Amino acid sequence: MEEHHRRNQILTVIAVGIGLLFLYGAQEYATSYQIRILNNCALFVILAASYNLINGVTGQFSLEPNAFVAIGAYTSALLTLTPAEKQLSFIIEPIMWPLGVLHAPFFISLLAAGVVTAFVGFLMGFPVFRVRGDYLAIVTLGFGEVVRVVANNTQTITNGPLGLKGIAPHTNLWWSWGIAIITVFFIARLVRSSFGRAMKAVKYDETAAEAVGINAFWHKMLAFTTSAFFEGVGGGILAHLITTISPTLFTFFLTFNLLIMIVVGGLGSTTGACIAAIIVTFGGEYLRFVEEPINFWFIHIPAIPGMRMVIFSIILILMMIFARNGIMGTKEFSWNWVLNKIKPVKIFLRKKP
Amino acid sequence: MEPTVFAQQLINGISLGSLYGLIAIGYTMVYGILRLINFAHGDVMMMGCFFAFYGIMMFSLPWWASFIIALVLTGLLGVLIDRGAYRPVRNAPRISALITAIGVSFLLENAGLVVFGGRQKAFYRPEIFSEVHTIGGVRFLELLIWVPIITLLILAVILFIIYKTKVGRAMRCISHDMETTRLMGVDVNRVIAITFAVGSVAAAAGGIMWAMRYPQINPLMGIIPGLKAFVAAVLGGIGNVAGAMIGGLLLGLAEILLVAIRPDLSGYRDAIAFAILILILIFRPTGLMGEKLPE
Amino acid sequence: MRKLFICFVALSLVFCFAGPTFAAKGTVKIGVYLPMTGPVAAYGQMEWAGVQTANKIMPTVLGKKVELFLVDTKSDKIEAANAVDRLIKKNKVHAIIGEAISGNTLAGGPIADKAKIPMVSPTATNPLVTQNREYVFRVCFIDPFQGEMAAKYAAEKLGAKKAAILVDIAQDYCVGLANFFAKSFIKHGGKVVATAYCQTLDQDFTAQLSSIMAAKPDVLYMPNYYTEVALACKQAAELGLNVPVFTADGAQAPELITIGGKDVEGIIFTGHFAKEAAATELAKKYIDAYEKDTGKEASAFDALGADAYFVLMDAITRAKSVKGDKIRAALASTKNFKAVSGIINIGEDGNAIKSLVLLNVKDGQFRYLATLNP
Repeated sequence: MEEHHRRNQILTVIAVGIGLLFLYGAQEYATSYQIRILNNCALFVILAASYNLINGVTGQFSLEPNAFVAIGAYTSALLTLTPAEKQLSFIIEPIMWPLGVLHAPFFISLLAAGVVTAFVGFLMGFPVFRVRGDYLAIVTLGFGEVVRVVANNTQTITNGPLGLKGIAPHTNLWWSWGIAIITVFFIARLVRSSFGRAMKAVKYDETAAEAVGINAFWHKMLAFTTSAFFEGVGGGILAHLITTISPTLFTFFLTFNLLIMIVVGGLGSTTGACIAAIIVTFGGEYLRFVEEPINFWFIHIPAIPGMRMVIFSIILILMMIFARNGIMGTKEFSWNWVLNKIKPVKIFLRKKP
Repeated sequence: MEPTVFAQQLINGISLGSLYGLIAIGYTMVYGILRLINFAHGDVMMMGCFFAFYGIMMFSLPWWASFIIALVLTGLLGVLIDRGAYRPVRNAPRISALITAIGVSFLLENAGLVVFGGRQKAFYRPEIFSEVHTIGGVRFLELLIWVPIITLLILAVILFIIYKTKVGRAMRCISHDMETTRLMGVDVNRVIAITFAVGSVAAAAGGIMWAMRYPQINPLMGIIPGLKAFVAAVLGGIGNVAGAMIGGLLLGLAEILLVAIRPDLSGYRDAIAFAILILILIFRPTGLMGEKLPE
Repeated sequence: MRKLFICFVALSLVFCFAGPTFAAKGTVKIGVYLPMTGPVAAYGQMEWAGVQTANKIMPTVLGKKVELFLVDTKSDKIEAANAVDRLIKKNKVHAIIGEAISGNTLAGGPIADKAKIPMVSPTATNPLVTQNREYVFRVCFIDPFQGEMAAKYAAEKLGAKKAAILVDIAQDYCVGLANFFAKSFIKHGGKVVATAYCQTLDQDFTAQLSSIMAAKPDVLYMPNYYTEVALACKQAAELGLNVPVFTADGAQAPELITIGGKDVEGIIFTGHFAKEAAATELAKKYIDAYEKDTGKEASAFDALGADAYFVLMDAITRAKSVKGDKIRAALASTKNFKAVSGIINIGEDGNAIKSLVLLNVKDGQFRYLATLNP
């Protein structure tokens, strides 16, 4: 058991409370642009934390989140769209029978998104975890592509490349951050449980883990399915945030974004992934100035559209070379650490008078 | 299906597959020696095409001179990428190298979009490759005859380097045990740099052939051929240079024949490559030409 | 190692002091959100070039300077939504031009609609884009009109009875057009004998073309973007497929000819403007200015980018105001505006109603064939 468990719990509750107060303020006073960025932060916290579970914690480097997010987004969007709206959208091929009449409230649709995606993840796990290492990365990348190709082709389900539109903008700060907090708590608990310790054992040495009686396959499956569940829920949040989805949204670029986040946060650290998700999301918006014309005293640099992606790629490479552990390494945020850092300051202040 | 149509489709498949194979050779060679999936292989290939393009367009070189210069430049680019990005992570976990490779791939693509622009450019196809031959109602391009010749040439050169030269022996040693090779007094970094140079030259050669077949280049052109070439390499048994060619041919034929038999399913064509990849890895992870699967 | 990372962070912090300068007061601000990177970067970059040229031709409106703000969408919906919100809230633009792709315009549209900032898309052809969106307009054709006109021409003028279709399944633009062409062609008594699919970034179409050949069509309809059309035409010629090829405005770019060479000779398409039969003064002016600016021939993409700009300027002039609702009202009542791509009327739902120009490729040039009216 951790030191000062009770105190830390209280501190966490207080921190969450302050966070919620901040969100309340944002909801009331921030501009829609700021709210949008905050929503994106929450969305990427959900996606990065769950992606990190399989990639960082369990050490199974895979590249499929775009597939999971796609499945979740389509499931939940098809459920919340009213039958009339669906008819309006499917102008080329009519929608398949049961999907056309199904309708569910937002929360149910999110749950369904999670369950459906987790189920797909579960099925995918059987073939996928027969390989490991680089091969696993490529196979999962392949799955991502297959899901996108299928989404383009099954017009009676997904409306093909036309996509779905007019999805109700249910996602607000409460929903996005609420789900984000639940996700992070659940994953953090899972990582600290005996399952999580087994996952870490699989990461460091699969053979040794097997030798001490850990079933590596089922722990990978557990991590993968859990990750899929939350990616799916995240997909639902995403669909109701930008109100339109189509297969072009779920390309490898999305996975690349998430990969940067978990690498910056430190592969294996859930809190690191969250911090990085927020930094990268804000940073992406902030870095837009590099694409605008810059007037620095008398030096005039013309606008270079596209520079942001170049910078992101360079950051990823530099991180790998110079700061492979990212912000947090495999460590987690803990109150003990924070308080230990503050302690010398306190002592110093106390001595002063 | 009529026999001529079928024959034509077979030729289409061979024509596409031999290009996949050609690109896969460089891919599989680098993997065989370093156990690194060079994610950026397709993008290196793209750079080779752009070097050749600018050689012809901006410096008005004759096409063959421009192609040779492009090969050299791409080889240097390969060395540069190795020096700048892969060498610093050589002793890190393998996953770091893979992530770095993904970063290099995105860097080349996006820098390409900024520097070259996203608009497609017409690639020059020399007249001597453009002739269309007809044999018994089956038509094919002169280029089709040249692709296997070039492929075999590159294959011969690579096999020669690997099996008949001192550097090649060092490469084979590295593939078995990098640390021991180093202890034996081999300058491992130099040998790996040469590996990347050769691999990149092969990529550029493949890219230029590809660009002559499909005479259009843009900074994102390497993505699909790169992925397909990887599948071809796995299909042939990754690390096996000769297997890559066969894998390429099979993949090309599979894709074309799917479309030929069921044109209504042609939208699923890109999924085929990955479905094959997944099946191969599950049922015969060593590939068709089967070396042992590295952990 | 860690220190280097910190240095890097510090360096990027230094950068922020070199941030952008603030815009001068009293300008008309136009936001532009286009894909400058990502899979469809080519179209975004072309349209941006068109908007810039248009801005040079008409740098002021209502006596004020027009200032352009470009935001990249990375060809992505999340970024597109961010971009629109950013343009409205941070740059405080008066109107917006974009996006190139329907899917991304669908993501940006509702935000502009809610903020009551008018948005004009150059090339979002999907009918859903302007559906129930008061503030979203477009200057391109919508898919049904173009598909029907092509089918009518193929059936009546070319006398085609059997059509084959090769369509890019990953683009809503292509799928929409192919669908409306097929429906309309059947209505005109024709038959679709083969449909094959490809995907954006595909470069090999031999398998699809060979099976189309086996079906012996009278006409091949390929409503795809110019690169795919050019490559497919080249491969069709190599395979000996000798039927008229019909395509759509996505092919109207000089690259069609530079890539396709002699193999695109004779290809017919429904486009926006013809150089030698420029319908308006503005078109002549624009085509010259664009060539001078970029050294390239004007394409449908940049012309539509320019038209989005010109239509907006016209609306602002008539509205005599930069207020969102005023511009919107003026945009909605656009009548007979002589734009680059023909005479534009904005109909209900914010869609452009304009005549269509039929062109073909002859001697390595786009040639004017006919004008088709809606």
